[in-house]
Amino acid sequence: MSFDSPTIDYAGLSPIISLTAGLVVVVLVAVFDSVKRFGPALALMTLAVTAGCLIWQWGTEADLVAGVLRIDGLAITLSLLVVVSAAVAILLSRGDPASAQAGESDYLGLLLGSVLGMVMLTQANNILTFFVALELLSIPLYALCGTNLRRRESLESGLKYLIVGSVGSATLLYGLAMIYGGSGATGFAEISQGFTDGGSDLLNDSLVLVGVGMVAVGLSFKVSIAPFHQWTPDVYQGAPTPVTTFMAVATKAAAFAIFTRFFLVALIPLIDQWDVILAALAATSIVVGNVGALGQNSLKRMLGYSGIAQAGYMLCGIVVGTQAGVDALVFYLAAYVAMNLAAFAVIVIQERRTGFSDNIASLKGLGRENPAVAWPLTIAMLALAGLPPTAGFIGKLYLIQATIEADWTWLGVMIAVGTMISLAYYLRVVATVWMRAEPAPGGQTTAGASAAAAGDAAESAIDAGDLPPAIAGAAPNPFEDPEAGRRWYLIGPAILGAAATIFFGVIPQPLVEFAQQAGNALAAYVS
Amino acid sequence: MLNSILWTPLIFGLVAMLVPKRLAPWAAGTGAVITLALAVAVLVGFDPDGGMQYVVDTDWIPGLGISYSLGIDGISIFLVLLTALAWIPAIAFTALRGVERPGLFFLMLAAGETATLGAFLAQDLILFVLFFDLMIVPFYFLFGIWGSDRDGVTVQSATLKMIIFTLIGSLLMLVAAIAAGVIAADGGPLTFSIAELTEKGLPNGSQNWIFWFFAAAFLVKMPAFPLHGWMPDSYRAAPLPALAVFSAVLSKVGAYGFLRVVLPIMPDATELFQTAMLVIALGSIIYGSFMAFTRFDLRLILGFSSVAQLGFITAGIFALNESGSEGAVLQMVNHGLVVVPAFLIVALIAERTGSEELGPMGGLAKRAPVFAVIFLIVTMATLAIPASANFIGEFFILNGIWQTDIAIAIIASSGVVWAAFYALRMYQRTMHDPLPEGADSREISLLDALVVVPMVLCVVVLAFSPQLIIHSSEPAVAENVEKVFDEAGAGSTAAYASTAEPDESPHGTGDPGHEEGSE
Repeated sequence: MSFDSPTIDYAGLSPIISLTAGLVVVVLVAVFDSVKRFGPALALMTLAVTAGCLIWQWGTEADLVAGVLRIDGLAITLSLLVVVSAAVAILLSRGDPASAQAGESDYLGLLLGSVLGMVMLTQANNILTFFVALELLSIPLYALCGTNLRRRESLESGLKYLIVGSVGSATLLYGLAMIYGGSGATGFAEISQGFTDGGSDLLNDSLVLVGVGMVAVGLSFKVSIAPFHQWTPDVYQGAPTPVTTFMAVATKAAAFAIFTRFFLVALIPLIDQWDVILAALAATSIVVGNVGALGQNSLKRMLGYSGIAQAGYMLCGIVVGTQAGVDALVFYLAAYVAMNLAAFAVIVIQERRTGFSDNIASLKGLGRENPAVAWPLTIAMLALAGLPPTAGFIGKLYLIQATIEADWTWLGVMIAVGTMISLAYYLRVVATVWMRAEPAPGGQTTAGASAAAAGDAAESAIDAGDLPPAIAGAAPNPFEDPEAGRRWYLIGPAILGAAATIFFGVIPQPLVEFAQQAGNALAAYVS
Repeated sequence: MLNSILWTPLIFGLVAMLVPKRLAPWAAGTGAVITLALAVAVLVGFDPDGGMQYVVDTDWIPGLGISYSLGIDGISIFLVLLTALAWIPAIAFTALRGVERPGLFFLMLAAGETATLGAFLAQDLILFVLFFDLMIVPFYFLFGIWGSDRDGVTVQSATLKMIIFTLIGSLLMLVAAIAAGVIAADGGPLTFSIAELTEKGLPNGSQNWIFWFFAAAFLVKMPAFPLHGWMPDSYRAAPLPALAVFSAVLSKVGAYGFLRVVLPIMPDATELFQTAMLVIALGSIIYGSFMAFTRFDLRLILGFSSVAQLGFITAGIFALNESGSEGAVLQMVNHGLVVVPAFLIVALIAERTGSEELGPMGGLAKRAPVFAVIFLIVTMATLAIPASANFIGEFFILNGIWQTDIAIAIIASSGVVWAAFYALRMYQRTMHDPLPEGADSREISLLDALVVVPMVLCVVVLAFSPQLIIHSSEPAVAENVEKVFDEAGAGSTAAYASTAEPDESPHGTGDPGHEEGSE
């Protein structure tokens, strides 16, 4: 029996190769004390090389390794977003208790392993690589969530994510098996062909439909779409903040890449069956995420809920099943990456400055004391709320336009309604940062003063009651850093993220063209 | 040209942020003066019959069919002038008193001017929506950071209410604007140019919901009666100079939006919902007037009187004839010119009595005759006394409504009487009556007078020659109104046929208010 080895396109595979090599190097340097401290620099260099390879491959559309991976616009754009967020996560990890306690090189190794999984996931074009890459993405993340070893919440978060994530993966795997059963193929294009050949009987086969539903559920766990979102706020809050940053941004980009590719390539013949289900999921997610975020006092929890809502917006880009929808999704993801990185970088700074409290009340007066930190956060919040002149506004516009063009006007209205609800919590942060909390002296009637005093009392009760305990044990926290606002590796990402948010809000055309690369990759499958 | 008008304030605002604190007001002030000069230059070169002028049209986001296109015509030119004019006293007034964190304050104020000018100049629907949304952001910060808590209502909650109300409307408008573009394109190349959308037209059925989504945004912004819930709290929290321009200009963007966007693009729906809009306008007139003469807080009296005035303006627009729309355009400018000095006078009164409530006030005219005269002129203009430009504006509006619906015209004209009631009450309770203890009847200082008087002079000049505005805006307004009936075909042709003679205005002053008398 002869076996032909597949031709390997090393150029197309270069991002994965560089990541793998970098991962090995970063883990190995930990063995040698003399070079140990170069770990973060090496990790950053790996990411830079990977980004370089991705840019080098810009415009390539090719099947790799006998078609199990495919490098195209969708894969390249979203991989770039993943790599950028990973680089920021590494910068934010510097001086963080998590990376110190877990061992820096282990921490970086896990992070790079997860990035490798994500880059593979954006390229996955076969249900086997799909699942393997998804697990490669997830397993290091389970561990990363628990790296803040001395903090109970961190361990709890890791365990919770492990359990929920495994359930999601199992559901997904089961669904994939059923789809294989229905279509008789593992490659995405072949699955699509199999369904088209099978005719309407196969398209309405309950085995297939259950399979599609289970895949949708499994992926919804990963991108935290309601009602499969319950883990998100807890895990976001408990995990070390740099890890949360990475999870919130990079995981979303990678998981949406496969969500898009699987539904719009492999399952496109079934679009009439799944579009309503995904639309319902998107609408639920928008409502649940936005309403859930309203009452949060922890910034990380709030951003967790906000991420659920944003995932709902983005899912609309898949529901419409058009190229414009994919463009809008990728544009929104890019904007989402910029604004969330800015927001999380500020949260990291605030945590280090204030003894690891991410309570919204701890931001009081930030605008006056430290405008360089306050502005990125403000811009991020305004962008998340979809106000001009930020990329968030253009992103919402793009998504709404895509929904209306595809006759999903009600989803467009849902996005608008969700945004209205979201104003309440995003602007609360802005108000806390910039506006006086105490009533202005003078000109107060007694009734007014006492009401204001009552309000103040309530607020201080929140202050006292809701502060998460600092790291257990040690009274003076060695990781506290009053000067955190001046560290370039913290403030840099915050300012760059905010600047990008504004820049692409004023001059969006380059980012639109970037996003259209992704849509063009699927031109053969969607209208 | 329009590019420089639009971006000058923002650029100087950024300069104000960077220069030393002492120079910040000068930077912002220079920007505002240059903007005004540019706006006057545009007016000089303006041809009333020339349609859209000084057009700037470049691609902005070609991928989404959105262009950066600006233009100015008879409807917008005076609103642009009003904007450029109104910002100067606001900046000067603040500069005379000093303000915490001046760089940020003037940056925000200047950004507000740029955004407002953008809304008046934009000729692309999405660009219009963008500037419309953008207007609220700097004012959110202005009110929030420099405002004050009043009677248990914190600045945070007041500003939050304001921005949420406004943005709910704006977001619906965003959906509607995109839908208008997509539906009009009908599968073809996408464009959001207002002129092209007008030409293509929208199918009858989709006009209706798009109309209401736009109307929601504009009515909240004005604010009109059932949607004014954000107004009282934020008016009381706001710092007065910022509130002056906010009330004078931003509210007009709502009314302007009806003329610029709704009438031309959705003529069928406009005609269909004409009565509904007239009833809303009527509600605003009655409710606003009633609230204005029952409140004691000077800001609220002015705020609710604005609700009533904007009711008049809306009614004029939805009379859907030339007379009504011209009156509306004139009245928008008039009201803007009156409101800026009015709010600054409130600030001056508060400095003299330590209060903005009518209760502990009175007698301020005693040793301050000039101050009293200035206030008197503003009051008289507010109540639209015959001989004021406001009277002519209201006359045109009522004349327009009369041709459309006599019953509504009769009820609306009662608003003129109520205006006299609340305006005189405000003047009398502050300026006459005995001077209470602790209040200081002080003459207006020279610098303050220099800030306030030019606006008041504009009011006076306009009273003598309102045809300045009517003449320049008439062709554009007429064209706009005709579109409704061209598109909608035979509607209430009676209303269309009889239009007011534009020459009536100078004599309108001598023509005693039989409208008023009819009540």
